[in-house]
Amino acid sequence: MIKAILIFNNHGKPRLIRFYQYFAEDLQQQIIRETFHLVSKRDDNVCNFLEGGSLIGGSDYKLIYRHYATLYFVFCVDSSESELGILDLIQVFVETLDKCFENVCELDLIFHMDKVHYILQEVVMGGMVLETNMNEIVAQVELQNRMEKSEGGLSAAPARAVSAVKNMNLPEIPRNINIGDINIKVPSLSPF
Amino acid sequence: MALKIVKGSIDRMFDKNLQDLVRGIRNHKEDEAKYISTCIDEIKQELKQDNIAVKANAVCKLTYVRSLTFSCNTLFCCTRIGYLAASQCFHESTDVIMLTTNQIRKDLSSPNQYDTGVALTGLSCFVTPDLARDLANDIMTLMSHTKPYIRKKAVLIMYKVFLKYPESLRPAFPRLKEKLEDPDPGVQSAAVNVICELARRNPKNYLSLAPLFFKLMTSSTNNWVLIKIIKLFGALTPLEPRLGKKLIEPLTNLIHSSDSELIVPLSCIAVLISLSSGMPNHSASHVVCVIVKYLGLLAMSKILKTHPKSVQSHKDLILQCLDDKDESIRLRALDLLYGMVSKKNLMEIVKKLMLHVDKAEGTTYRDELLTKIIDICSQSNYQYITNFEWYISILVELTRLEGTRHGHLIASQMLDVAIRVKAIRAFAVAQMATLLDNAHLLTGNTQRNGICEVLYAAAWICGEFSEHLENPLQTLEAMLRPKVATLPGHIQAVYVQNAAKLFATVLRSQEGNTDSTTAQETSQLMIDRLPLFVQSANLEVQERASCILQLVKYIQKLQQKDVEVAEEVSALFAGELNPVAPKAQKKVPVPEGLDLDAWINEPPSESESEDEKPKAIFTKEEPKHSRPRHTEVDEKELARRREARKQEQANNPFYIKASPSSQKVYQETPGVEHIPVVQIDLSVPLKVPGLPMSDQYVKLEEERRQKERAEKKKKEKKKRKEKRSGRGKKHDSGPESEEDITPAHMVDIVTEEMPEVGRSGMNFTEKSSKHKKKKQKKEKEEKEKKKKKKHHHHHHHSDGGGEESVQNGTVEEEEPLPVSLCACVCDIQGNLQDGSQVVVSVIFENKCNSFLKSMEFNVLDSLNSKLQRPEGAGPHDGLTVPFQLPPGVSNEARFVFTVQSIVMPQKLKGTLTFIVKNEDSSTHEKLDFKLHFTCTSYLITTPCYSDAFAKLLESGDLKGSSVRLEGVNMPFHHLLARICFHHHFSVVERIDSCASMYSRSIQGHHVCLLVKTADQTVSIDAKCDEPSLLGNVLDEIKQTFSQC
Repeated sequence: MIKAILIFNNHGKPRLIRFYQYFAEDLQQQIIRETFHLVSKRDDNVCNFLEGGSLIGGSDYKLIYRHYATLYFVFCVDSSESELGILDLIQVFVETLDKCFENVCELDLIFHMDKVHYILQEVVMGGMVLETNMNEIVAQVELQNRMEKSEGGLSAAPARAVSAVKNMNLPEIPRNINIGDINIKVPSLSPF
Repeated sequence: MALKIVKGSIDRMFDKNLQDLVRGIRNHKEDEAKYISTCIDEIKQELKQDNIAVKANAVCKLTYVRSLTFSCNTLFCCTRIGYLAASQCFHESTDVIMLTTNQIRKDLSSPNQYDTGVALTGLSCFVTPDLARDLANDIMTLMSHTKPYIRKKAVLIMYKVFLKYPESLRPAFPRLKEKLEDPDPGVQSAAVNVICELARRNPKNYLSLAPLFFKLMTSSTNNWVLIKIIKLFGALTPLEPRLGKKLIEPLTNLIHSSDSELIVPLSCIAVLISLSSGMPNHSASHVVCVIVKYLGLLAMSKILKTHPKSVQSHKDLILQCLDDKDESIRLRALDLLYGMVSKKNLMEIVKKLMLHVDKAEGTTYRDELLTKIIDICSQSNYQYITNFEWYISILVELTRLEGTRHGHLIASQMLDVAIRVKAIRAFAVAQMATLLDNAHLLTGNTQRNGICEVLYAAAWICGEFSEHLENPLQTLEAMLRPKVATLPGHIQAVYVQNAAKLFATVLRSQEGNTDSTTAQETSQLMIDRLPLFVQSANLEVQERASCILQLVKYIQKLQQKDVEVAEEVSALFAGELNPVAPKAQKKVPVPEGLDLDAWINEPPSESESEDEKPKAIFTKEEPKHSRPRHTEVDEKELARRREARKQEQANNPFYIKASPSSQKVYQETPGVEHIPVVQIDLSVPLKVPGLPMSDQYVKLEEERRQKERAEKKKKEKKKRKEKRSGRGKKHDSGPESEEDITPAHMVDIVTEEMPEVGRSGMNFTEKSSKHKKKKQKKEKEEKEKKKKKKHHHHHHHSDGGGEESVQNGTVEEEEPLPVSLCACVCDIQGNLQDGSQVVVSVIFENKCNSFLKSMEFNVLDSLNSKLQRPEGAGPHDGLTVPFQLPPGVSNEARFVFTVQSIVMPQKLKGTLTFIVKNEDSSTHEKLDFKLHFTCTSYLITTPCYSDAFAKLLESGDLKGSSVRLEGVNMPFHHLLARICFHHHFSVVERIDSCASMYSRSIQGHHVCLLVKTADQTVSIDAKCDEPSLLGNVLDEIKQTFSQC
């Protein structure tokens, strides 16, 4: 299983963060910081495997990373994944990005965060490797993008949303809502 | 600003959280649109606030509103965004998830494959046990979707579902297995992926899939699948040794077919490729040498466990890796070194490591080196250390490391060695005294767990073995320096206690002299210095110090009266602390006449108890006769045996008996006289702390070995001269084998403290084995009885309506032979393609210790259902089960039945014959069972859309029937999930406490259910075009719920 996928630049600014195991927000921050610290001090000509950032887990976990120009691609995996396989997967992912964005650069990741996520979703699903064939990935992403375009994109969405809300009928809401359920709503007091 | 924050938090009290929002929407039925737009305004306001919690809440609400509104619209771009947001911010404890079930279900069954895909992807990130339970069935259905894109995702997500809702594994597994042979490579790879993950958790259960994977491995061209399968085989081969042999050929083929660039002419790397991937890496451009190096080291550490010799030949290579600038590689190499050491190369390796310790930058790596050195040296009871003086000096050298956190480790090693290796004590004490004398060098480092821990060990060793000290008075003074008060409390306590021990030794040496004033001066020294410790803040130190202070004062008084006290004082600390093995208790013989297995009171009456009574009396009397005889034997033989044992111990290099003669034994050992112990002692007086002395031991050791070798050659020559007659070659050992190196010092190996007693022990074991045989016989009888009982029991069960069968939703088989074989039917599935076929999967599990083979499965055909036999076989021939079962293994077999009418449940009688093979005998056994085909097993989960469902009901072809279940005490969705799983239904629509469900039989009968629940009563209205089938299905559902 893949536990997390992190992409950050040479200065440690995160560009894409995907955790497949739940961590609290601050812990996530800490993991990113630590990982950057571990990875960034390594030369480019040393090997691409690193054992155990202390945060994501014990000795079973490995960081597998590659460094491309300004970006680090880091995968945190457990022992069921093959190191070389994951290394190859990173390459596939980056090549796919390159194909979808035409000469991908860091700016693409900043401005099209959602698209990067969609591409990643076609490669890895819930921490399991979904597809390793680049052509297949690109084809699926393109198809979905085309579909989105045919709907007029997100810019048309608000207008549609309003009309949708207007026309909305929720048949499954029964009429007999328990009176006891609504009469007194005690607002949950926040602790401060 | 501050005011604003306060205001913000007060506002917050009246904010809506998500639950409020949902409730609000539901309450504003008439003007939802208006309500939602005001809510959105509020959310906008909240988003502008400074408080982060408010913002988070707002985003949460926004996501919900989004998914709600967009779902009505089924706009793909919005669903996509909604799920992306959800997958990023939902986690198991997010309470919104409960609300999403229906939304997800709707998306899953959307006609647009990408909606489904996006929903699956999102779901994979936030499955909860509830979601898994409720949606498992929907996902199961998706596994056989027409689009490979969906199939792939559905298969993959099943793993997550299994994790959260393990019950779903059984019903889903056959389908998962089918997907291994899916025409689409993507689906195939997903299935392999899932099974590999599952097998990692419990490889044993997946042994039966090995042939299938084997086929895949030889046929597949997908690298990813290959990697995964090879990993899986890695997990399976330890369980099934035959597999390994089979694998060698395809693996080597893989290596040869792979890219030539990977084949570096280093044997280790060749093996690595087979081990860690076997991967024909296509874009070889990025295969950097370092990767190969790293993986090579990784692979070698695996090989090391099985073939240490082959790795040891690469020692130099691995030592070189220690110089690598990459820390990952260095750490790997260190790991390897641990397994590579031998008596021969230990000193050399450690010397290299010590050099690295000096060079190393960064404390973490240095600490790692330090622990590795200690690990390497101390592994398996100091097996590889031949000279402990060398080891002690290594330890002393290690104390010079700055900033290490492992002072504690070094200290415990010092203690361990000093206690267990008696011969080394004099040397160790001298070294420790130097350490104590130069304590100021160590205490400069006040870090926690720092090196000052070593002083703890040093003080204790000097105190406990003070008789070896050359100049105890000097050490005593060193221990009472005022600087000591800066040490941590527990160390001070040890100082105080051991100062007292030293004091006793000093007194003894001084009282022998005529001049009594020196002794009094020593006492005065104690009295002067101890008050420092009495004032200590640490209770332990304080208590010990004041106690000893009073004692010394009393001694001084006696001394002034010219009373000799030394003997009495040292008596305070007399006696030696001996290490005790953790398993020592086991070796204490059970007192005669005590039978631990016997009942204290009479056991509850049994039919056999009568036979046993006279026997019990007999055994009780026997010891009385035997005891005197026994002691007689002892007295006669004891001396002789003791002699023999001593001889044996003398020959055993790891044994020094805790007897005063140990020193002698040590000297008597042939070949050890040459150890230049005395010379070393002379060289020790260079009392510069931490002088790198360990090197000299390496040289000394070399010399020693050479001498030994020479000696040996002489002896051998002699021997040969004596035995010229013929077989002189027998002893011609190679240059120098492991065993030839006699250690200079020996460790008390505590775990092996008491050797087995020679002959009498043998007698005992024989006796007990006889006993065992008797016991076994008895057990057998009992088993047979139980067997019969079980038979009865079971018949009862099946007469009572086959309770178990309902539980499985399918069919159950009786298991009358609990000790040898358990077979249970895991699944009975109809075959959609052929309306008259039913496939029964049976799992056979061998629970006994013998090998089961030649299993034959036979069923007495009824008019309605027949077992499909191969062509040419008679109607009464059995089917051979296509595998054999080693002990403890289970495997699955499938049998196909043809069924004509499916409207009634049926029972088929059958037998399973098999041969139980023991080491010496094999018996033929038979096992009767009943197969129970329920009507449910003819149903097949089929998805149905609500409009089609409505049409079906309207058509009027269906006949109705209904059933009421009372006292069902479970949440509605559990209930639905149960019906779905056990009876192969799918939910068409669910509205609150009311749901419609659908299923189809293998012969195309439609079965529709309307399930309602209120106050623990469940009413099921059902319609079907075949009333008798419906009646039976309803009965089965009733049974399912009557069980819980």
